[in-house]
Amino acid sequence: MKSLSELEAIRQKTLERIALRKEDRDDGVRIVIGMATCGIAAGARPVMAAFMDEIDRRHLRNVTVTQTGCIGMCRLEPMVDVIAADGSKVTYVKVNPEKARMIVADHIVNGHPVTEYTIGNYADQA
Amino acid sequence: MRDWSLHLLDLAENSLRAGAGLVSLGVSLEEDGRLIITLSDDGCGMGPELLRAVTSPFATTRSTRKVGMGLALAGQNAERAGGGLHVSSAPGRGTTVEIEADTRNIDCLPLGDLAQTFFSLICLNPLRPDFEWRLRSPRGEEHFDTREIRQALGEGISLGEPEVREYICSLLTEQCETVFGGIMQ
Repeated sequence: MKSLSELEAIRQKTLERIALRKEDRDDGVRIVIGMATCGIAAGARPVMAAFMDEIDRRHLRNVTVTQTGCIGMCRLEPMVDVIAADGSKVTYVKVNPEKARMIVADHIVNGHPVTEYTIGNYADQA
Repeated sequence: MRDWSLHLLDLAENSLRAGAGLVSLGVSLEEDGRLIITLSDDGCGMGPELLRAVTSPFATTRSTRKVGMGLALAGQNAERAGGGLHVSSAPGRGTTVEIEADTRNIDCLPLGDLAQTFFSLICLNPLRPDFEWRLRSPRGEEHFDTREIRQALGEGISLGEPEVREYICSLLTEQCETVFGGIMQ
């Protein structure tokens, strides 16, 4: 059974790691997931879990995951924005957990946006 | 929505937007199979006019469009399962949503993965607000509170740190299993 006393060990471990981390977060990437009614109904929660898991497994410390509301394109949910440190943004549509893991690997780690899942590509097909 | 946990994730978003400092969830499975869910916050609350209209799909505080489905969908699912949804609120006094459903009713949604819902809320909002839950069933009772975790961690460590997230995720999962495991999924 988990107990609060375990947190003391976690506290030590985290403090050590934070001390080692370079504090400039300017190179950070933001992942923004649509978590309104439409996003959640379309499967945003497992998508978010997949992003979190992939980020933790790859020890990507400068990537944050945040949420946003409905932006009016409910039929394209789950939608995910990947915003680079320089402010450039790529919007992915109809994301599922597998696509999420691919976005982390190809786009965030290797710097190549997964063009076939982007909103631009979707609009071209439609 | 496929299950109650997804409805709760959705409804909690309303609390976040209301500027809540604390979001409390109560989920209780009674001996007779009734499921009673209470979601309350200390956010900005609603005036009587909005409160009257709020369970209609055509009520929303957003200015970008005229529909808001969250409470309406949850209410529909509660009614279909022989229960209902009730909202109480006052400006400056927060909001409480109560949902009742009969788990013996064939139309009752499964409870779903409550731990994943709470985990998502905490991960996406690691700094504020605080979240607490109280789970109850004939099998037992569990309580979780991010304020206790923040206090144990002390200053300078966010709930969003990977080690802390991992701890929270397994604690929430464990509590759900203790209280609801094997009864309804």
